Amino acid sequence: MAYVFFGYFAGVIALTAVLVVALRNPVYSALALLVMFFHVAGLYVTLRAEFLFAVQLMVYAGAILIFYLFAVMFLTEKTPDRYHIQSWGSLLIGGAIIVETAVLVGQHSVSFGSTVERTALSPPSEEGNTESIGQLLYTSYLFPFEVASLILLVAMIGAVVLSKKDLSESPPS
Amino acid sequence: MNVPIHYYLILSAFVFLTGLVGVLVRRNIIVILLCVELMLNATNINFVAFAEYLHDLGGQIFVFFTLTVAAAEVGVGLAIVVAIHRSKDTINVEEFNLLKW
Repeated sequence: MAYVFFGYFAGVIALTAVLVVALRNPVYSALALLVMFFHVAGLYVTLRAEFLFAVQLMVYAGAILIFYLFAVMFLTEKTPDRYHIQSWGSLLIGGAIIVETAVLVGQHSVSFGSTVERTALSPPSEEGNTESIGQLLYTSYLFPFEVASLILLVAMIGAVVLSKKDLSESPPS
Repeated sequence: MNVPIHYYLILSAFVFLTGLVGVLVRRNIIVILLCVELMLNATNINFVAFAEYLHDLGGQIFVFFTLTVAAAEVGVGLAIVVAIHRSKDTINVEEFNLLKW
């Protein structure tokens, strides 16, 4: 069973990695990278790194890839017209998803009313992945953690300065 | 029944080499940055696989630092790309010759 999961994730990761390099359109490259990030996150689950699974989804797929897509659409010179064509099939799929979400939310709001009784939240008996990572990160790896935050601060300031200054004008010297 | 670790190493090496080839052959600078992300992810797979097989959480901790580097790289890298695009109106690396005279 472990081999089946590994084979699936590894196959999709390898395929999408090749697609990132091979596809001509940078938008498609970025979307192939998105699929790869999701499958790397799945691989983390099979390696029992559940916290990294969540971090991979939020940081890589959520933040970094959106940044790339923004840059691709901002910088690509001539946008082909087919980006602006919306097919009617997508309206059908989107409508189905809206209806399904409404049904699910409706069921929950009904069942929250009376029938569900609360169970006391017992503290987890066993130390999980997130707890042990936090424990290690704030004890043994405290100094590298602070250095990482410094790197992020410097990168943030650098990005702001770089995008404000206009490179084409001559330096004031 | 665990998957032996060299499977993960082969997968990681393949992804890393794909990213390396992408950096060398592509000419769109955004795709080059995407390929750098591929290489960083390949190292992350290695870190997590070794953390599982050596029963040491240090490997998973190091993924956070790789993540920090990736985030800093995408922020600064894309800022540089936007600045270059503003001054030279292209994102093709063949036409970046600011250091030549």
